[in-house]
Amino acid sequence: MSRTYNIIKYICLLTWAAFVVFPFLWALSTSFKDANAVTSGARYIPWVEFEPSLQGWTSLFASGSQGINIVTPFMNSASVTLLASIVSLSLGTLAAYGLSRFSYKAGFIKNADITFFFISQRIMPPIVLAIPFFLMLKELHALDTIFGLVIVYVALLLPIAVWVMTDFFASIPKELDEMAMIDGCTPIGAFFRVVLPNSTAGLVVAGMFCLIFGWNDFFFAFILTFTETQLLPVAIVSLNSSVTPWWSLSAFALISVTPLALIAIFVERFMSRGSLAGAFR
Amino acid sequence: MLSLKNLSTADRKRPLSNLDADLKSGKIYTILGRTGAGKTELLRAVMGLDDISGGHLELDGQDLAKRPVRKRQMSMVYQQFINYPHLTVLKNVAFPLRRQGLSAEDASGRALVALELVGLAGFEGRMPSELSGGQQQRVAIARAIVKKARILLMDEPLANLDYKLREKLREEFPRLLAQNADGIILYSTTEPAEAMQLGDEMIVMHEGHILAKGPPEEIFEAPSTVEVAKLISDPPVSIVDGKIVGGKLVLGETVLLENADLKLPMDGSVKVGIRPDALSVGGDMPATVVLAEFSGSDTIVHVTFEFGAAVMLVEGIHEFAPDQSIAVSMDTSSLLLFSEYGDNITERRSDG
Repeated sequence: MSRTYNIIKYICLLTWAAFVVFPFLWALSTSFKDANAVTSGARYIPWVEFEPSLQGWTSLFASGSQGINIVTPFMNSASVTLLASIVSLSLGTLAAYGLSRFSYKAGFIKNADITFFFISQRIMPPIVLAIPFFLMLKELHALDTIFGLVIVYVALLLPIAVWVMTDFFASIPKELDEMAMIDGCTPIGAFFRVVLPNSTAGLVVAGMFCLIFGWNDFFFAFILTFTETQLLPVAIVSLNSSVTPWWSLSAFALISVTPLALIAIFVERFMSRGSLAGAFR
Repeated sequence: MLSLKNLSTADRKRPLSNLDADLKSGKIYTILGRTGAGKTELLRAVMGLDDISGGHLELDGQDLAKRPVRKRQMSMVYQQFINYPHLTVLKNVAFPLRRQGLSAEDASGRALVALELVGLAGFEGRMPSELSGGQQQRVAIARAIVKKARILLMDEPLANLDYKLREKLREEFPRLLAQNADGIILYSTTEPAEAMQLGDEMIVMHEGHILAKGPPEEIFEAPSTVEVAKLISDPPVSIVDGKIVGGKLVLGETVLLENADLKLPMDGSVKVGIRPDALSVGGDMPATVVLAEFSGSDTIVHVTFEFGAAVMLVEGIHEFAPDQSIAVSMDTSSLLLFSEYGDNITERRSDG
């Protein structure tokens, strides 16, 4: 019974793993093909079914008609995403702590309304924000600049950070901060010395969300930049011409997905809530 | 001295109303009350964690209301085991000392002494999550006493422990609390035995009010009101309606009690408090068993008489069936008499 169950279980898991891994293998295989190998039917195994070529990879570091240099867009994307994520996470964590620990009231507006206000920023379709952002950055002379994109991305990522961290702080008993104050901390000291060190899991989740949304955004990167500050998702589209270079696109896709995958693998260990377990009952 | 003067809070769940008390240094005050009586709210108000809506709170004549929590020279042990999850046991206990400006070395030295005192020597390198519930609470207690605070607040510190651990730690408390011998200790509990055992003085609370305060034995012997009588023992004092007719105490229609030691008031209605150990099996009062439960080596029997319900504490383990008819006798010397409004009017001839 249990052996049959195990066999079925592993078949299911392998099937699912194949679904998840196969696109990456396909992209990896395609990135080493040339035009001929891509268009002449399904071929998967290098040196047996097709002759591997580095054309897809070299074209990403070439310039002019040879391809596109992705180093600059990659660095732009990394700068914008990292800066926006750090600012969003810092401001969002402070806002979330305030919302989870103190009561605010301005007329009929209370804590829950403020939290909803933050989250509602993500409910709006992005197209609604496109023109206001464009005009705003134009006024600030920040169109097509990293600074302008960081401002916009902070506005987009802040709700995510506030949302995740408010929920996380709600799970930390407020007695912990009180204890820190009883033991001699100021309220802000209690936050930095006690609450924040116990919020690693929440910070990692919120940080990952910010990085993923920031790194993958195409819409605003497309609308608010022209030629000076191209981001990775926009650069990948510019690869497309009359002949779709599948080999370059595949290499590009793999390069763009790698940083997030590496970060996810690295921070996975911090995502357990176990660090809080057993500390309060 | 900590003075509560007409102290009130506007807590939505359990507001405190006009509390007055002078709490002297070097004494342990146990606060006894049911869940929701306002014990935690009182401790939180003293600590400065909840705002005071009226009255004054003074420490040695100085107003505490404006003093931030961190400057109140107090420490607290919560009902939940609150420790800093990211710090080792040693760093947890040294934490308040470090905030006071002690060097890491001095703080660690004092923390080690405190840990030894609570029986956790050798555990200093562990994380709180690696300890059992009882050990976690010991860490919290060590952190509270290491400061040698002016006021030590303990909010039902044993409530989340199992019976054995509770008993063990309760036995150790007098020795541990002696560390704060110069301070004022406020210890809240729902258990009358704990309040009696630990307190130099007892404060009985109910629905946000202080009902009684004084030495535990005095409150136990002469509870000022019906509510206090209900709270000061477990199983509780049973309250039944009675009347005084012609110098005799009548319970219901048929039972007449006359006791030489009890000075009975003028004719009229009274409430009668029957202590659980005043009733015993065997006698001339018919009763019906409602429920019998075992508590340690005793049997608690809930019975109904024709004049009302009462709880009886019987030594040893005895089997009683629901609806079983039994005969009961009552030691009337320990009866308590209350007016119709609930005030204690018991007078004994032996009191003079």
